[in-house]
Amino acid sequence: MIDTSSDPAVAMRGITKRFPGVLANDHIDFEVQAGEIHALLGENGAGKSTLMNILTGLYRADEGEIALHGRRVDIRSPRDAIALGIGMVHQHFMVVEPLTVAENIILGLNKPRFALNMKRAEEEIAALSQRYGLRVDPHAYIWQLSVGEQQRVEILKMLYRGADILILDEPTAVLTPQEAGELGRTLRHMAAEGKAVIFITHKLDEVAEFSDRVTVLRRGRVVATLPTAETTRSDLARLMVGREVLFRLEKEAVEPGETVLDVQGLRALGDKGLPALQGVSFQVRAGEILGIAGVAGNGQRELAEVLTGLRKASAGRVLVGGRDITNRSPRVVIDEGVAHVPGDRLGMGLVPDLAVSDNLILKSYRQPPFCGGFFLHRDSINEHADNLIAAYDIATPSPATPVKLLSGGNLQKCILAREITTGRGLLVAVHPTRGLDVGATEAVRRTLLEQRAAGMAILLISEDLDELLAISDRLAVIYEGRIMGVVDAASADLEEIGLMMAGTEVSTSNPKP
Amino acid sequence: MRLIIEKRLESSRLIAFLVPIASILLALLAGAGLLAAAGVNPWQTYRAMALGAFGSKYSLSETLVKAIPLMLSGLGVSIAFRMLFWNIGAEGQLAMGGFAAAGVALFLADKIPDPLLLPAMFVAAFLAGALWGLIPAGLKAALGVNEIITSLMLNYVAILWIEHLFYGPWKDPQGYGFPGSAQFPKAAWLPRLTGRVHAGLIIAIVAAAFLWLVLGRSKWGYEIKVIGENPRAARYAGMSLARNILLVMLLSGGLAGLAGFGEVAGISHRLQKGLTVGYGYTAIIVAWLARLNPWGVLLVAFLLAGLLVGGDQIQITMGLPAAMALVLQGAILFFVLGGALFAQYRLRLVRRPPGLSTSAEVTE
Ligand SMILES: Nc1ncnc2c1ncn2[C@@H]1O[C@H](COP(=O)(O)OP(=O)(O)OP(=O)(O)O)[C@@H](O)[C@H]1O
Ligand SMILES: [Mg+2]
Repeated sequence: MIDTSSDPAVAMRGITKRFPGVLANDHIDFEVQAGEIHALLGENGAGKSTLMNILTGLYRADEGEIALHGRRVDIRSPRDAIALGIGMVHQHFMVVEPLTVAENIILGLNKPRFALNMKRAEEEIAALSQRYGLRVDPHAYIWQLSVGEQQRVEILKMLYRGADILILDEPTAVLTPQEAGELGRTLRHMAAEGKAVIFITHKLDEVAEFSDRVTVLRRGRVVATLPTAETTRSDLARLMVGREVLFRLEKEAVEPGETVLDVQGLRALGDKGLPALQGVSFQVRAGEILGIAGVAGNGQRELAEVLTGLRKASAGRVLVGGRDITNRSPRVVIDEGVAHVPGDRLGMGLVPDLAVSDNLILKSYRQPPFCGGFFLHRDSINEHADNLIAAYDIATPSPATPVKLLSGGNLQKCILAREITTGRGLLVAVHPTRGLDVGATEAVRRTLLEQRAAGMAILLISEDLDELLAISDRLAVIYEGRIMGVVDAASADLEEIGLMMAGTEVSTSNPKP
Repeated sequence: MRLIIEKRLESSRLIAFLVPIASILLALLAGAGLLAAAGVNPWQTYRAMALGAFGSKYSLSETLVKAIPLMLSGLGVSIAFRMLFWNIGAEGQLAMGGFAAAGVALFLADKIPDPLLLPAMFVAAFLAGALWGLIPAGLKAALGVNEIITSLMLNYVAILWIEHLFYGPWKDPQGYGFPGSAQFPKAAWLPRLTGRVHAGLIIAIVAAAFLWLVLGRSKWGYEIKVIGENPRAARYAGMSLARNILLVMLLSGGLAGLAGFGEVAGISHRLQKGLTVGYGYTAIIVAWLARLNPWGVLLVAFLLAGLLVGGDQIQITMGLPAAMALVLQGAILFFVLGGALFAQYRLRLVRRPPGLSTSAEVTE
């Protein structure tokens, strides 16, 4: 299937890109053949997105050259890249919300500017989605779609523009396992038609499952390019991190203490004014991790927001350490010792343009030693930043670097470091390892387990069943804003959980503590 | 071949530095074209303008006189903008500041001991401007009303209110019909530093230092930064948006009110026509060009004041019509503000790469 004799669809040679304080790409050679799915693998901050952003004209390389199908090209802007048949679905993709799927797809095309033939466009889109198995309704509005569907719109957009080099930056981070499987089949189909597909992921299983070849980056350099069939999961992990990676974490037995979080019959509305939580009740005890499993969009985000004071409950109660914090302000909830690792890192958990050190005091800037009444104490703030950067191994050029320039894994370490140092008693963590590399994932999970051992009550909201099973003590499955059942993680039956995630109520094997 | 405009991917320091300089040069070039078309020597005109604004002790002091209200209201506007609160009501806040200061000077002078009269006017002007600024802030905080509309509309209310006063109830009976109040007692005059430059300049410098300290060093400044950069994160961190909007507008409106105080107590010594000549609107440009930096506001206010004074001067020295000076001022502002766009965007000439087609073309 892979034709290595002809010119590669993409050939990047000697690509170097420097950012202040970082060498993001260091003389990278990277080739992709037409007809192959090529996985790009590497730790957070290894330079994967940077390399792809150079290919799509978002950044310009300091050195190096790019050839497409054997022809030297000069890609100076995203428009050039589109004209050259390169399409990319970004890590944080952007679709325009108040438009329909079809409008969104033809938006930004240069040609049909005057005579916009919506009807024909819709037919073509329908044909494309049929052909590649990308189910979406062209008339639907974007805001009505799930994240997985929005991603399909992004892929259709690339196909509609005639891209034959397709780049997907961590596409599966936001997908359910089923959706990820479907995406894999779509990519196969596209490769079989002779398109070149570049696929960035942190999930080693997906590399094995979907890709023909894999290139591993470490600290801006290529460490290997291999046919996927000749690799194993642990080989890849070792290449990425440069050391052995443990896939199993030691979870010591902790005797749970008092009930810290007590949620009783909680109801709340979602963003669109529809019921998102419909009578949720559960408890979490000190030294215990309760996992909330479920398909995205079943009320998980709303649950975290109600617990942390960011969303109003319409009924029910939330007790933390016996004190009623229902519908109190975020400030009160913080003062009660509730820490929150939000799912949206740059959108909510951090202030992108502020320095790392400033972001690390986001929850504690009001208190000594950082603040003495009116003025902030810069020395204490810097010292605090130095300590946390060392303790949590945050890779940053300096504490004064704007936090938005850190890679995904390091963003998450900043949030965790801050929340763990300010929280007392309860930690609400939403997708804490989404988009993180194996090493960082391991570090985050270990941190959560340490906090558990230290007596913190942890509510872990995640769509990653493996993660939930690996570190939680009990697992509650949420479906359409209701808890379908609570099971013991150690003795959980995957099939039973799958049924509950799909909406079947199952008699719980381990009801309440 | 087409000309396209696209976002600069990496904004560099060099560009941030070169763009304003290039814009000013271009502005002068375009202005030269206009002047030449009108039959006057551009070089002489520019020279006259520069001399008129900065060339002598007198002209420098006149430029400073105009810079003071721009500085104070510019500082006020800039702090509101930092929190993404679009206060365009500085003109009205300035008017209300002038009104309150005049009220104290005219009606309470005999009840307040002389040394306390100016401080009382200062406080009254600050509070009046602040209250005027708190109206749109309160409406936004409580009901989510768009502050751009409310703060703008309140300008007209304030301007018409003071006009009503100096044409009506407060009109000086000995003023020969001149639209203005009676003159303030001497104790209500702000001391002058040199020429007509009054102590308002010191107030402006102190205010800039205060803002710089608050923004960079204080807990409150930290909150303003966080809210301005990411309001969702601010809420997440437990900051009260409503409280901060009110506090910031208190300061913003208060500073504009002080600009009004400076004008009535330092220059006109009465409430009269000519208090609201657009300083509050120019202050928006000042804040923007200064990138909301307090020291930058002082500098830009001084330069823009130079443009105003120089423009007035060429009417006299070159015998140019007033409209010509306004056109020149407009052209320069147009280029400088337009240039700011190019610090973030770039123009490119593109040719379609030959032999490559997109499906969009194929399906046509
Ligand atoms: N615009 C920028 N300015 C400065 N540094 C940057 C910029 N973009 C990326 N970097 C730095 O370059 C390095 C590579 O970043 P990149 O985003 O390419 O990593 P990545 O491999 O995609 O990581 P992740 O898996 O977390 O997405 C990181 O150290 C990052 O902090
Ligand atoms: Mg990336």
